[in-house]
Amino acid sequence: MSKRQKRMFAVAALLVGIGLAATLGFTAFRKNMMYFYTPSDLLSGKVAAGAALQLGGLVEKGSLRRGEGLKIEFTISDCSNAVPVRYEGVLPDLFREGQGVIATGHMEAGNVFVASTILAKHDENYMPPNVAKATGNVDGKHSCAPFKSVTASN
Amino acid sequence: MIPELGHFAVILALGLALLQAIVPLLGFRRRDARLLAFGASAAQGQFLAVAAAYACLTYAFVTKDFSVAYVAENDHSQLPLIYRITAVWGAHEGSLLLWVTILAGWTLAVSVFNRRLPPDMSALVLSILGMVSTGFYLFILLTSSPFTRLVPAAAEGRDLNPILQDPGLAVHPPMLYMGYVGFSVAFAFAIAALITGRLDAAWARWTRPWTTTAWMFLTLGITLGSWWAYKELGWGGWWFWDPVENASFMPWLAGTALIHSLAVTEKRGLLKSWTVLLAILAFSLSLLGTFLVRSGVLVSVHAFASDPSRGLFILGFMAVVVGGALSLYAWRAPKLVAEGELRLFSREGLLLFNNVFLVVTCAMVMGGTLAPLAIDALGLGKLSVGPPYFSPLFLILMSPLFLLVGLAAVVPWKRGNWRETVQRLRWPAVAAVVFGVLLPFTLYGSTRLLAATGALFGTWAVVAAAQDVWRRARAKPELTAGLRAVPRAVWGMTLAHIGLGIWAIGVSGVISFGDEKDVRLARGASTTLGGYDFKFVEAGETQGPNYTAQQGTVLVTHEGRRIATLYPQKRLYSSQGQVITQSSIDTGLLRDLYVSLGEGYDDGSWSLRVYYKPVIRVIWLGGIFMFCGGLLAVSDRRYRLARAAERKAVEGAEAAAA
Repeated sequence: MSKRQKRMFAVAALLVGIGLAATLGFTAFRKNMMYFYTPSDLLSGKVAAGAALQLGGLVEKGSLRRGEGLKIEFTISDCSNAVPVRYEGVLPDLFREGQGVIATGHMEAGNVFVASTILAKHDENYMPPNVAKATGNVDGKHSCAPFKSVTASN
Repeated sequence: MIPELGHFAVILALGLALLQAIVPLLGFRRRDARLLAFGASAAQGQFLAVAAAYACLTYAFVTKDFSVAYVAENDHSQLPLIYRITAVWGAHEGSLLLWVTILAGWTLAVSVFNRRLPPDMSALVLSILGMVSTGFYLFILLTSSPFTRLVPAAAEGRDLNPILQDPGLAVHPPMLYMGYVGFSVAFAFAIAALITGRLDAAWARWTRPWTTTAWMFLTLGITLGSWWAYKELGWGGWWFWDPVENASFMPWLAGTALIHSLAVTEKRGLLKSWTVLLAILAFSLSLLGTFLVRSGVLVSVHAFASDPSRGLFILGFMAVVVGGALSLYAWRAPKLVAEGELRLFSREGLLLFNNVFLVVTCAMVMGGTLAPLAIDALGLGKLSVGPPYFSPLFLILMSPLFLLVGLAAVVPWKRGNWRETVQRLRWPAVAAVVFGVLLPFTLYGSTRLLAATGALFGTWAVVAAAQDVWRRARAKPELTAGLRAVPRAVWGMTLAHIGLGIWAIGVSGVISFGDEKDVRLARGASTTLGGYDFKFVEAGETQGPNYTAQQGTVLVTHEGRRIATLYPQKRLYSSQGQVITQSSIDTGLLRDLYVSLGEGYDDGSWSLRVYYKPVIRVIWLGGIFMFCGGLLAVSDRRYRLARAAERKAVEGAEAAAA
């Protein structure tokens, strides 16, 4: 092979490699991405049952029910709508009624969200930006009406 | 008074950094030796000023001066002294001050150790570092001064975030920043080479120890961060592919590629413009990391600070640095000419493949980290990808690197010989297969594909690296003399590659055989995991210096033998009313037993998280090996001899000129 041919070959090999890597990465990305929804999004029927997704909002006050063992039920709300959530496991430290959470899981028949993991907001000031936006949280104070009393009593 | 002094010291440092940036550049244009030499003095003055500012802030923390807003937010009267000192970098403003202080420290080191560099090169490097410092001082003064007063003063501080009150995290940020900031030196060398057009073996030899030093601190910083997350966050995980972790991992991947391509540039005079590009990339990714962590754009467990004006400033700064550097690159890089031809089957060819895979891995991590941000910014919805995206792709891309690491250890520079290669890698290959099959059985009594592959690759890397040293040592008639004749740089490389090997054994082992369980246990009840019995004995209260804790007592037994008593806690830090889980771990080289406390129920039972983590320590041991390897490599005689030779040459030239 001449030098020129060699170089062309190298460039072609590089392009094929980059193309392969990009396709692989893109496919993996598409397959594993999870959308973030608020309860209102979910109830407006945009989501297929069984698809993995993240649900964010506030844990509604008075909604927490403990069941057998580690089973737990509560409601995630964004002030206008609420979705019941089922979970089995140990809750994060900062999980509390009236606090922002993000649950990962899927919707089941009967509009119940089954969560596999739950993340709570990380400190008294910090709320995941998703949740803050979804709930209209301003400066750490929950601005939506049903939760005002919750923050005040804390 | 002291905080005002600190503020003034930052302004002074800004002035000196500006001088350091401008004067040597003028000297370079006018070929004025005095102006060129001024950079070093300015750098030393700048370091003194910023160190004084840093001392002032530390003083404010130690004396609990709650009239300073930043101190009031991150300090508390009951905080133990050690954490009052580390709280200085506990949040945004202070960690930036730490950043510039470390940058000034690196600059000082460059000005001291590089006295014998050609004066124009040394001056340009200092000038570029001065420009970077200027950007950060402006950032501090314009958007985030830690010295701003709080009127009226707070009666009590809001306390350091309790999850940061841990020895692992006390040293994690400084180590990480040593790495991030250290890449600015490689960056400055690269830009100086573009400006002067001089990029030869000597340039690579100057740049290498700086880059390796930065890389080894970054390695240590990431290792410490992983260890801290494991024991402090209470989920038993050692890597979450969290955007902030990725932010530190991307510069590491680019930096690892850089130290390998620098070797090619030094030994063979090849890949010059690629090396320069990698140096720019590594530093840009360090800046990107700062941007990601400090701008609050991320949905992340780490996102402590969020302020759009800060994010915009860093974004603008990044645009200037990266844009400027790349324009200069586009303009000047074509002048960098390779000094030979590159054959694919040679050490440099294999190192090129190593670079390709590292950079592609870096791009993969970057895609997964930034694409969700871009999609959100375009209003196409909020989404995220997690470990199911990163982990498989990472494993696929890492596998060829492991094959390469063994090959490159035996293939010589310039031209490889297949027969010789096969002959020398026979035994490492046999050892790798044998260990790959046997190791999982010996450790866990069974095997999985991933565990076997990890053990195979890990053993391959370790044995191939070791046989290189062995062959070098055997070249001398006496073994001890032979071992002593092996250069430290080779020892360093060997140690780092062994670290990589045992890291792989650890990762594949813990993924394949780790086990976990969430349970609710009544007093006296027990559960079994990984062959161990965990008995929940009781729960009570205990008091710490600045918290009260509920503490569980868990007795661990194995086949009736008592192994350990664990005391997981749930701590309530009264200052912020924050509850933090403190896990309790029985550590061992071959397995960790890990218990963290969930919550107490009305009937007296508790929920617990129980983990069995085989060989997890080996993962961090791998990181420590890599760090030590870097340490050995930079202490190699070659660099000192090279400096002595340069000194002689320069002195000779000076004598001739006089």
